[in-house]
Amino acid sequence: MAEETITIEVLRYLPEDGAEPVLQEYEVPLRADWVVLDALNHIKDHIDGTLSYRWSCRMGVCGSCGMMVNGEPVLTCAAFLTKFAPGPIRVEPLDHFPVVRDLVVEMTDFVDKIKHVKPWVIREEEKPLEEGEFKQTPAELSDFKAYTMCINCMLCYSACPVYGLEPGFTGPAALALAQRYNLDNRDEGNDERMELLSNDEGIWSCTMVGECSEACPKGVDPAGAIQRYKLAGAADWWKSLIMKKGR
Amino acid sequence: MAQEEIPQYDVLIVGGGGAGLRAAIAAYETDPSLKIAVISKVYPMRSHTVSAEGGAAAVIKPDDSLDDHCYDTISGADWMCDQDAVESFVNEAPNELLQLEHWGCPWSREADGSVAVRPFGGMKIKRTWYASDKTGFHMLHTLFQTSLKYDPIKRYDEWFVTKLLVEDGRCQGVVAIELATGRVESILAKSVILTTGGCGKIFPFTTNANIKNGDGMSLAYRAGIPLKDMEFIQYHPTGLPFTGILITEASRAEGGLLLNKDGYRYLQDYDLGKPEAKPVLRSMELGPRDRLSQAFVKEQEKGGTMEGEYGHYVHLDLRHLGEKVIDSKLPFVRELCAKYENIDPVTDLIPVRPVVHYMMGGISTDINAATSLAGVYSAGEAACVSINGANRLGSNSLTEILVFGARAGKAAAAFALEQGETSSGVQAQVDDERARLTKLMSGEGTESIAGLRKEMHDTMEEGAGIYRTKDSLAASGEKIRELQERVVNMKVTDASHTFNTELTAAIELTYMLDGAEAIIASALLRNESRGSHQRSDFPDRDDDDFLQHSLAYRQPGESPKIEYQPVTITRWPPGKREYGQQKGSA
Repeated sequence: MAEETITIEVLRYLPEDGAEPVLQEYEVPLRADWVVLDALNHIKDHIDGTLSYRWSCRMGVCGSCGMMVNGEPVLTCAAFLTKFAPGPIRVEPLDHFPVVRDLVVEMTDFVDKIKHVKPWVIREEEKPLEEGEFKQTPAELSDFKAYTMCINCMLCYSACPVYGLEPGFTGPAALALAQRYNLDNRDEGNDERMELLSNDEGIWSCTMVGECSEACPKGVDPAGAIQRYKLAGAADWWKSLIMKKGR
Repeated sequence: MAQEEIPQYDVLIVGGGGAGLRAAIAAYETDPSLKIAVISKVYPMRSHTVSAEGGAAAVIKPDDSLDDHCYDTISGADWMCDQDAVESFVNEAPNELLQLEHWGCPWSREADGSVAVRPFGGMKIKRTWYASDKTGFHMLHTLFQTSLKYDPIKRYDEWFVTKLLVEDGRCQGVVAIELATGRVESILAKSVILTTGGCGKIFPFTTNANIKNGDGMSLAYRAGIPLKDMEFIQYHPTGLPFTGILITEASRAEGGLLLNKDGYRYLQDYDLGKPEAKPVLRSMELGPRDRLSQAFVKEQEKGGTMEGEYGHYVHLDLRHLGEKVIDSKLPFVRELCAKYENIDPVTDLIPVRPVVHYMMGGISTDINAATSLAGVYSAGEAACVSINGANRLGSNSLTEILVFGARAGKAAAAFALEQGETSSGVQAQVDDERARLTKLMSGEGTESIAGLRKEMHDTMEEGAGIYRTKDSLAASGEKIRELQERVVNMKVTDASHTFNTELTAAIELTYMLDGAEAIIASALLRNESRGSHQRSDFPDRDDDDFLQHSLAYRQPGESPKIEYQPVTITRWPPGKREYGQQKGSA
């Protein structure tokens, strides 16, 4: 009996052609343990060596292989083919990013935004190594731990309608990362980051649609992080108002 | 024609994983006026450090001692490591992990807020720092995020290095392809640090990511630097069948059991101790990885394993730990099992089998990460110092990337400060390299990349697996030689200059074949069994003839030349490796 197959429709785009993106169909074996990424690798190795996409760890932690699968942003290493049977399965580059080629998107804007939020421990005075570790109780750790789990896969940017309309928006992953440091008891950079992010391109752009948290494959909940950030931002604003009045 | 200015750096780091980023920061801190760049074929946070799970070893607790960490490492390595290197490593490990703590790494904690440690295989005391079971992920992201603070560290993300530029007896930079545009450029530097990781992808069944092709090993090898101890390849005992996804050793440290088809803890039959209800350090499931993987093969020969679609397997049982422990200590294990194997370790047994995991060997360096070629340094899995000898202990490699990454950064910075300007003579080499790459993209070849890769995989698994013989290695050696000749005739069908991943896959295949030939040639001449290198035809360790590192030198058109270099012994004379009983340090 012939092996069962499924159709993969891949959005192909090659800038050197000057042509519009086109959907190209490939037939691949429908195997129970194959994910969409395995199908792409099968195509690359045995059908069409020109198909371009990023991948690396195939275990959901390097963040390389995010794509739109049937219109949803997902990690293709964790998307079983059988879930989409009988197909076809449409695979496209992540929404809201310029396309470099085929399934490869331009991600420098994302990486710049990560840097923009100052994602490092900011301290007025460095603690010398000789003084040993900072104490941090399990409860203190759990206050920000979820926000450390972001793998920079950018699915949340593809899901975020605000980023789709306003590419200047700092965006879910970067804002959650800012909160990750703000809430870490080793960090003293809250005010510095608030100055950077309490504006129309920062936390106040988020309209709390919550699509980012739905798309996140790692349970980071960027929407929740931004909501907490807004509350802190509002409290800061009230504080500054009261301070002025008191003067 | 106006020539675009060629970028020139003092220190150029190839590879943006943990070792590379640590090296970059160390170089900066040595002298902030240095021009530093990190070049990587992927964005740094995609590097394979991200996949490391279990933890990073360093002595910090009062009941532990530096000598104990040394002894565990040396005996775990079957005395094949250099003891001066191990002592430096162990001494510097605590400060390196503390530094990462100060940089924000979310280490798991004790109730009092101090850093928590967990047990690990082959370690006699709990000394492994961990960030639940995603330690490498957290270390890499902490290093990457911290590196962003240093504006002078320039990054070349998604640039693929194809050649080291060597002129006047020293390395003066690299040639690389910018993936987004396909342009081939030289990037000059007074010193180059290779931190490109291992080459597990030489084998078909591996925990390694797609990017682990031994790029840096091959670049060094082609520049005349020897590869050291390449025959020592670590099989991790617990990989998921088909995907090769790693189930961390921490799962056994927390109390997970290895069971054969009858539910029997078969390790007790292989000189690894007696089964106890609670985990016992340096015993049974907490024995070293080489011994556990070898026990699997013996158990398979005895008929004790189960057979599935992807070969033989045994069971890892975590069920008795309960949901609470699994969720707090091993959440990633549960996630991986659910997402990739459709099972739940709280209620189900996990099928596992040994899987190629780590290269103990690599670019031969001294204790300061320097190679035999002036201006070239290396650290991390790409390098072989060596501290891992014939078998690396779990949780030493994450610490190694920090200790030797930092050492490499400092040494390369010091070297760069002493050098004059790079010489202009390298330009001819750059033109030659452009011509070579253009020819590779001509589409004229006939051999399939995937086809050649599969032939390499098959022969490496067949000839250079957990147990080897002279005959199996000789046959694989011939096959690899044949593939080296055929790979020249590879067909690259993609003529585009934009993100051409077929071109990079073709070059990666040539890198892997270089690693493969070094592995085979080194293994063929090592007529003994030591650590991960097991020769069925020479079952015993032979300190008289082989307490020596092998050094593989490239010889174009033929198998590499193998030379030997003595192992450095300081305070721990070669002894018997004993597991499964209480043992004081010798």
